[in-house]
Amino acid sequence: MADESNPQDDPHGPGVPAAGSILYLDGVTVSFDGFKALNNLSLVLEPGELRTIVGPNGAGKTTMMDVITGKTRPDSGDVLFDQQVDLTRLEESAIANLGIGRKFQKPTVFEHLSVFDNLELALKAERGAFATLMFLLKGEQRDRIQATLGRIGLADKSGQLAGALSHGQKQWLEIGMLLMQDQRLLLLDEPVAGMTDAETEATAALILDLARDGTRSLVVVEHDMEFVRALGAKVTVLHEGSVLAEGSLETIQADAKVVEVYLGR
Amino acid sequence: MSLSTRLLATHDRRLWLGLGALALLLLGVVPALNLAVPPDSALHVPNYVVTLLGKYLCYATLALAMDLVWGYCGVLSLGHGAFFALGGYAMGMFMMRSIGTRGVYGNADLPDFMVFLNWKELPWYWLGFDHFWFAALMALAVPGALALVFGWLAFRSRITGVYLSIITQAMTYALMLAFFRNEMGFGGNNGLTDFKDILGFPLSQPSTKLGLYLLSALVLGLAFLLVRFVVTSKLGRVMMAVRDAESRVRFLGYSPTAVKLFAFTLSAMLAGLAGALYVPQVGIINPGEFSPANSIEIAIWVAVGGRGTLVGAVLGAFAVNGAKTWLTGAAPELWLFLLGALFIAVTLGLPKGLLGLLRTNKHG
Amino acid sequence: MKIFKLALLALLAVASPAFADDFADAVRGLNADGYSDKIAAAEALATLGDGRAALVLDALADGRLYAAPDGALLIEQAGAFTDAVTRAAASGAEATAITVNNRLRGVARGAAGRLALFSPDPSLRKRAAEAVLAQPNPESAETIRTALAREADAEVRQVMTLALATLDLAAAEPERRKAAIVALKGSSNPQVRGQLQRLLEIEAEPQVKAAAEKALADINVRLTLVDMGANIFQGLSLGSVLLLAAIGLAVTFGVMGVINMAHGEMIMLGSYTAFVVQEGFRAFLPPDYIGLYLPVAVPVAFVVTFAIGVVLERTVIRFLYGRPLETMLATWGISLMLQQAVRSIFGASNREVANPAWMTGGIDLAGGFTLTYNRVVIIGFCLAVLGALAALLRWSSFGLHMRAVTQNRPMAAAMGIPTDRIDAATFGLGSGIAGMAGVALSQIGNVSPNLGQTYIVDSFMVVVFGGVGSLWGTLVGALSLGLVNKVLEPYAGAMLGKILVLVVVILFIQKRPRGLFALKGRSVDS
Repeated sequence: MADESNPQDDPHGPGVPAAGSILYLDGVTVSFDGFKALNNLSLVLEPGELRTIVGPNGAGKTTMMDVITGKTRPDSGDVLFDQQVDLTRLEESAIANLGIGRKFQKPTVFEHLSVFDNLELALKAERGAFATLMFLLKGEQRDRIQATLGRIGLADKSGQLAGALSHGQKQWLEIGMLLMQDQRLLLLDEPVAGMTDAETEATAALILDLARDGTRSLVVVEHDMEFVRALGAKVTVLHEGSVLAEGSLETIQADAKVVEVYLGR
Repeated sequence: MSLSTRLLATHDRRLWLGLGALALLLLGVVPALNLAVPPDSALHVPNYVVTLLGKYLCYATLALAMDLVWGYCGVLSLGHGAFFALGGYAMGMFMMRSIGTRGVYGNADLPDFMVFLNWKELPWYWLGFDHFWFAALMALAVPGALALVFGWLAFRSRITGVYLSIITQAMTYALMLAFFRNEMGFGGNNGLTDFKDILGFPLSQPSTKLGLYLLSALVLGLAFLLVRFVVTSKLGRVMMAVRDAESRVRFLGYSPTAVKLFAFTLSAMLAGLAGALYVPQVGIINPGEFSPANSIEIAIWVAVGGRGTLVGAVLGAFAVNGAKTWLTGAAPELWLFLLGALFIAVTLGLPKGLLGLLRTNKHG
Repeated sequence: MKIFKLALLALLAVASPAFADDFADAVRGLNADGYSDKIAAAEALATLGDGRAALVLDALADGRLYAAPDGALLIEQAGAFTDAVTRAAASGAEATAITVNNRLRGVARGAAGRLALFSPDPSLRKRAAEAVLAQPNPESAETIRTALAREADAEVRQVMTLALATLDLAAAEPERRKAAIVALKGSSNPQVRGQLQRLLEIEAEPQVKAAAEKALADINVRLTLVDMGANIFQGLSLGSVLLLAAIGLAVTFGVMGVINMAHGEMIMLGSYTAFVVQEGFRAFLPPDYIGLYLPVAVPVAFVVTFAIGVVLERTVIRFLYGRPLETMLATWGISLMLQQAVRSIFGASNREVANPAWMTGGIDLAGGFTLTYNRVVIIGFCLAVLGALAALLRWSSFGLHMRAVTQNRPMAAAMGIPTDRIDAATFGLGSGIAGMAGVALSQIGNVSPNLGQTYIVDSFMVVVFGGVGSLWGTLVGALSLGLVNKVLEPYAGAMLGKILVLVVVILFIQKRPRGLFALKGRSVDS
């Protein structure tokens, strides 16, 4: 046990700081039946930062989100939220309650509940069973839901079953649910997949709007390069489970390794 | 909007009119036709019909319990018969103790079957069942505690869907085997029977039977309001969310384990209550009540009526059991064919049950 | 000397006239007036060592010995009378039963038992010797010695020697007792252990006592080993039964994800197919061929249940893919209908399916433990079925298509694999295997409409415990549940053992919700 803190065990050494970060991933590895979905992945996100993540299929983007939100436990590595909370030990629901929200790649809303009910469930409030049983919606909470309904363009669909919405509307409803949760870190997995160009533009505007006030951090995973360009944020390229390159979109596009990965085969 | 207005609020005024009419029928008309109309009249409701209806009322309460976990929370328990039976055993133990010296062996300290087995003293877990309040408490607490422990283990380990159904089935099967054993001290094969009276009212008296019937109707009504209170709350909507997309609920910060555990435990207690009311009316409780087939049948009541709707669960319990009573008398060999066909027809053609059928006819 | 022995045997076989006269006289003596005379006659009859005497003594003990008015004694058997001496048919019209009291009955039974030591059938002789071993009675000593002198069968000789030695345990001389202990030391018969324990309680001679203790310890070790062996065999046997019941389920549940609650009824239908095939053989073929009904029943049952499975898949189950809970309820409905259909056709009571001659009996092993052939055949059959299934899945094109369809249905369809037909065939295969299991289970249990219900919970436990989708898991799951059950049984009793196993599996699933041999990965969750 004497060499437990041997700096050689950790390729980054003890010097990489989590200080000042909202999200800190270091040396995260996940393998499924021998296949390494994440391979020694490290990533640091500043508070208030908007980050886009790109990468070919199987690069580990969704697995990374699974690790952050507690769906998948890493084989090794550190995942810290807000500098000190170890996310690898927490349940999904506990992580959500810490202030991390997630929008899935495939829009998942509660299809048998109305649009309004979907937002009400997401609304920040006590999550315990008894508190939920006795919950009564207050006036200002109702106003907040109405405001969000307007913001995501579903004001006239309030009473409709969520299952009856179009694909793009479901994406928006899911973003609306994230807004209701009032989270500090938002993870958006392909938020514009299946959207029309107009919807994509509106979504980009909404995301930029969310990032503007600096109270939230956002991680956006996306394939659509036009969308990534519209966000104009720092880009991280994932490849085979680890970070291949990081920087502005222009730097990335000029990077030989990235070109190789995207075009080389 | 206060809690009580939420309970009563509905988009469909006819629901309350219908329920009011049903309550009037069950609590007013049936007893009146039983007591006030002479037996030779065509309108007279004979005593055996009252007892039969009393049984159905207990089944309907059980169906409500099942609907809460399955219809709203998506947990298809194939072991709910166990909770019903445990509640029944609790009440049976009280009535067993009430027999006193009137048993075959005239032993004031031990029930007949224990004397027969040559037991010398009452096992510790029979202590307290001399008191009605204790037995009534146990009829709720034992199923509730079992559901709490079992559910906590299962839901925490994220055992869902068919796996959960299979292990709940194994649970009731194991309990059946256990209760078959004489050493368990619950009367083995024969179970508990030969009850004399309950709280001093002789069980053979028609007035006692009518009283139990009325109590069952009242309990069904209260259970309906309780379950309605739960499913119309925000928790009810979280349950439906768990049913439709459990993993998504986690990322909203709710714990599906807690939600399901709440529903499962409350449901088990309701089932126990139904069992406790059922046993005095049929006069016997034996390990056969634990058989997996019984538990699956509960699911079909709910499915036939329309799961996810409380009225549907009650309707289904009455419809299926009414058909059973009629057919097992008229053509017993056809009953299993009909029941089997019901299972298939409802799953294939009537996913929303009878109630769904009625509604689509009305609107379309 | 040898010639003399042969001559003696020949004499016995033809029963010389003088001998016959003695026999007739002794038989007649049974009709005496007093019980003590009757007892003396019964004992005299026993000492003759004549095989026929056993019949007479049996009849006497059962109250089936009658005296005709002319003084001849008659034996009644199922309403017909025969002369006790000549074995000729006789009229019992005016015969009166010979009265027996308990003491006489006891003497007659004991004597008849000892006489069985001279029976022409070696298995009867062995059983008689074992009876003496179980209840050593000094009176038997002489008879056993005579019998041992004539005995040719080595196995029977061994039991007789043991029996004689146990008799010697009561001898007055310490040397003889010690010699007897030495002779018994190598035995692994539980009866011998009992005798030695009894001796230890009363033995005063220290040397003899020490020898007895040593011998007892030896026997105990051997018996414990035999016990363990017996438990393991029974566990394997139960495991193979569970495995047979579960393999088909492993296909429908593991490969297709369909919970087939009517799986047990497929087993039941297989058993009834075996019954029908057996009746067909009895009705239409000469009795010599009856032993062949079983090998014929296996493929027939497979075909029948395969066909039923395909019909069910096409008419009900295919509409429920992706709705596992509904599938469970619908297949339960099917199971109720199948049960009732069989009840209507064959009746509610058990049907008898006999073991063919080549499957009856077994190998007697030490310690009173028998390896019955039917169990051995079932273990072998079950492994053969599993092997054949594994080979089918691994190497046949059907197996390849099946795996392709389960892993990626749209892709398989795009490659021209007829997914519909593969679904139907897979479900049919699972049902067909259940049908074959039913044939096997008809050999060891009752065949009734409820047969399937007995296995359904157990086979689900096996599949869930072993890990869904893994044949290897099913094998390990079934064998370990079978073993645990049988190992627990001696301590907990059959019922409690079963309950404990259920509880253990329920708890195990909490720890490993996907069973022993679980697949891991992102795709599993979705």
